[in-house]
Amino acid sequence: MAVAGLVCRECGQHYPAEALYVCEQCFGPLEVQYTHDDLTGPALRAQITRGPASIWRYQEFLPAARVPEWDLAPGFTPLLRADRLGQVLGLRHLYLKNDTRNPTWSFKDRVVAVALAAARQFGFGVLSCASTGNLANAVAAHAAKAGLRAIVFIPMGLERAKVLTTTVYRPTVVEVEGTYDDVNRLCLEIGEEHHWAIANVNLRPYYSEGAKTLAFEVAEQLGWQAPDRVVVPVGSGNMFVKIHKGFEEFQALGLIPPKSVRMTAAQAEGCGPIATAYRNNSETVTPVIPHTVAKSLAIGSPADGGYVLDLARRTGGTVESVTDEETVEAIRLLAETEGLFTEPAGGVTVGVLKKLAAAGAIAPDEVTVAYITGIGLKALEAVEHEIPAAITISPTLASFEERVLARV
Amino acid sequence: MTVHVRIPTPLRRLTNGERVVEASGADLAEAIADLDRRFPGIRSKILDDRGEVLRFVNIFVNERDIRFLSGLATPLTEGAEIAIIPAMAGG
Repeated sequence: MAVAGLVCRECGQHYPAEALYVCEQCFGPLEVQYTHDDLTGPALRAQITRGPASIWRYQEFLPAARVPEWDLAPGFTPLLRADRLGQVLGLRHLYLKNDTRNPTWSFKDRVVAVALAAARQFGFGVLSCASTGNLANAVAAHAAKAGLRAIVFIPMGLERAKVLTTTVYRPTVVEVEGTYDDVNRLCLEIGEEHHWAIANVNLRPYYSEGAKTLAFEVAEQLGWQAPDRVVVPVGSGNMFVKIHKGFEEFQALGLIPPKSVRMTAAQAEGCGPIATAYRNNSETVTPVIPHTVAKSLAIGSPADGGYVLDLARRTGGTVESVTDEETVEAIRLLAETEGLFTEPAGGVTVGVLKKLAAAGAIAPDEVTVAYITGIGLKALEAVEHEIPAAITISPTLASFEERVLARV
Repeated sequence: MTVHVRIPTPLRRLTNGERVVEASGADLAEAIADLDRRFPGIRSKILDDRGEVLRFVNIFVNERDIRFLSGLATPLTEGAEIAIIPAMAGG
């Protein structure tokens, strides 16, 4: 596929493939449009499997060309069978997409890699973003690799490790007094006035295409077929929408058989405007002021909320939310059953999975994939007071037998 | 009340390239009506036929989303800063 241009998702207006992101007619979001070439089905499948073990094996489906010397090789992360967690939840075909295995330990490396490639194409010298933390990590690391200046904007009060794991790459880190939604508004205004590559603003049409690779990989790893259901953590809703688009593109080009994947969105109750709209049968997402342990999902005014509602309803999925307490419990459950330590967003995902399974909303035989998109190490605050302390002993056999053996 | 309105790039064609313009009104709806008198056509880029704010437009008064205030009925004080910004988010 080759990039044909940009098209407004709302009114269909066409634009050239430039650093544009909003429709001049209706303010709708712009999306990349491709021209399809002859390569489909088995030939395309063969080309993909010959490709690198990263998102760039799907180059055909991405809107900017890989820059070899800038490549941190994100993606192609493991899809793990989760039999022990499945047993607890009563699900027989449960899988986890372990996207903590990325260069900066979250799925954001996928989207930033594509944004960076687009930034090169358009000749930007500064890479920037509005971030809840993970995106700032990815932007800072990718800019370092590329030798570009990075200026990242984050809200006050992020997890300490998320700030540190960004700062170490030496970007300019700007902490904004406000919530993510304030940061986002500011970056939109900065984007209007300054010629910077703001990954999730003026490069958004390109950037967001990177999230399709989360669907491509799962389909390939399941033996070239889509799962019955996916459970996806939702803040802005962008990843959710793009995962769906990924499955659709693979079907359209004959890489996988047609199937409607049940799109299931997981939100934190303390920032669940889409879940609230879903419950109320509303088509309008009313913004909220976030208050949740899942800071990477703390987006109170989710721009893609309407699309998430539509997809969840149309595909037989749902939008559900869990409390902070259920989130932390789910982080521990995932760690204890599957050896995978997720950040709170993954706790929200597993918590929602558990809630839906318990309610019988997911059939035991459904092939279900839960996306774990960020690592627990960046958000230790969420669990540090919940987990038991180590047993301290003196270095003697007697102490070991008295304090340890007696307890285990 | 005279207020300052920050105009996003897609609408600057209508304001002769101006990025900040003045308007007046006791509340936001009045200010938008006044804006449309000064720059004909701008209202229909912000509001739909029923007079509601378009789905992909966010309006801020003194940096606060009007959905947390009183929407189009949000009262304006002298010198208030109004920003019209495309709805887009994702961290």
